[in-house]
Amino acid sequence: MAISEHDVRHVALLARLALTNEQVQHLARELSSILDHIGEIQALDLDGVEPTSHPFPVRNVMRRDEVRPGLSRDLALKNAPEARDGAFVIPRIVGAEEGA
Amino acid sequence: MMSGRTIADMTAVEVRDAIERKEVSAREVAEAALARVEELDAHVHAFNQVCPDLALQAAARIDAMVAAGEALPPLAGVPAGIKDNMNLVGTRTTCSSRILQDYESVYTCTAVQRLLDAGALPVGKCNLDEFAFGSSTENSAFGPTRNPWDLERVPGGSSGGSAAAVAARMVAVSLGSDTGGSIRQPGALTGTVAVKPTYGRVSRYGLVAFASSLDQIGPFARTVEDAALVLQAIAGKDPLDATSVDEPVDDYRAALDAGVEGLRVGLVTDMLDIEGCAAEVREAVEGAARTLAALGAEVGEVALPMSRHGLSAYYIIGPAEASSNLARFDGIRYGHRVKDAEDVLDLYMRSRAEGFGPESIRRIMLGTYALSAGYYEAYYGQAQKTRTLIIREFAEAFERFDVLLTPTSPTVAFKLGEKASDPLAMYLSDVYTIPLNLAGLPGISVPVGLCPSTGLPIGAQIAARHFDEAAMFRAAAALERALALDMVPPLVRK
Repeated sequence: MAISEHDVRHVALLARLALTNEQVQHLARELSSILDHIGEIQALDLDGVEPTSHPFPVRNVMRRDEVRPGLSRDLALKNAPEARDGAFVIPRIVGAEEGA
Repeated sequence: MMSGRTIADMTAVEVRDAIERKEVSAREVAEAALARVEELDAHVHAFNQVCPDLALQAAARIDAMVAAGEALPPLAGVPAGIKDNMNLVGTRTTCSSRILQDYESVYTCTAVQRLLDAGALPVGKCNLDEFAFGSSTENSAFGPTRNPWDLERVPGGSSGGSAAAVAARMVAVSLGSDTGGSIRQPGALTGTVAVKPTYGRVSRYGLVAFASSLDQIGPFARTVEDAALVLQAIAGKDPLDATSVDEPVDDYRAALDAGVEGLRVGLVTDMLDIEGCAAEVREAVEGAARTLAALGAEVGEVALPMSRHGLSAYYIIGPAEASSNLARFDGIRYGHRVKDAEDVLDLYMRSRAEGFGPESIRRIMLGTYALSAGYYEAYYGQAQKTRTLIIREFAEAFERFDVLLTPTSPTVAFKLGEKASDPLAMYLSDVYTIPLNLAGLPGISVPVGLCPSTGLPIGAQIAARHFDEAAMFRAAAALERALALDMVPPLVRK
């Protein structure tokens, strides 16, 4: 299964990774080679087999909706690259005119 | 001091007993461990961070208990290493990644807390392949860990630091995490005892997630008994991890003396035939089967033909789950952030590209591709169905056998750089361990020999039914006793 550089750029955008041209070329080759190998399972006849997402059956685990101590705001912000007034600081998302 | 052996050479059981008998203080044990790290870690690089203050504080608590005549907990004064993807307040949790290199733990992982509650002394945080992606610990952003048996060779991975720290006697025990073999494979390559418990046996709360349906925390130790004691301490339901299972925890120590009389052992013959399995590994594992038979086990042969597709299924499911889990590293709430972002998308894309190393990028890309529109069914869907058949195949094998025996890894420790440029060759070193993660089964790697040509350790993997860790400890303890191998690496002998 050959993966083109165009495919790599598309997936990199989905994965939110700004790759260099060199990385794109490299990954196109590497991912093609890996998928060539692991694509072997496409040849297995798995019609009618149920997919497994978890090693054994699990149920939803419920508990009472009670207020309990959690991570404090100070600790939650401790590793923030930028924080101010008890909040994470991020670049502007909405344009100045739209946000006004 | 013990006769002829240093404190650092003592097992966890010996340390606790010596402290209880007041032959040594916990403070002396902590100091001995820290001195060994100081002496050897410049060569081995098992640790990303050493935490002498935490170790000495924990030792002081144990010594106060001794002075007060209180009963000591099961791992009192035992020096321990912790893989650097588990949170411990007072330490950084870096996952050996640039994206988290300054991350300070703000809470403590349940398994780590239970280890400390059992009296262990936290010596430091152990190196790993970045985010546990790898089989050699070469993918660490902070440089590789080296194998105490031969400093030109890798210790395996991803928990290579945890394995090397125990093998080099810097700590008596350590915690690792295992998603596709990341505890058992380095265990085999460093001559240590290494356990991946049943999925759900140990809480994953506070472990940085790689693949949530596969990850499990487990111990490294130099004896089966020490490994059993650590698992005993960390196992059990945790309200903070909804996937931890509320099943009774067996008395593992009691299993150690049970012997293997009548235990049904299945030697997985088609796995021994896999291309790439070294002759010396095959011979050592077949030798282990003969030893178990001589001890009274009923040894038979079994084939697991679906398991050979496990590698492919794993390299779809693992990266798929990882790509989702690693979406949280976005430069907003924690981790590396570029300084001059134009907008939020630019911030995400460049912070992540700068922060993640090459293998993390490879896995995120592979997983995102496998989950993307048009390919989902061909890869992820097909892998999940393969997983179903692997689980079924194991269930059938466990109708005939109590434990299954395979090599842990197809080769002994390889040289640094040998597989670094060939991701596929690296992935193959987990071919025996991966099927257990896909099926959620427990497995232990126990040393079964030294390679005649290189003198390097060889491990065998013993798998058991879900939550039947006792059976695997039983077989491993019998093998350990019968083989009586000298597993002291040359670095420590000097």
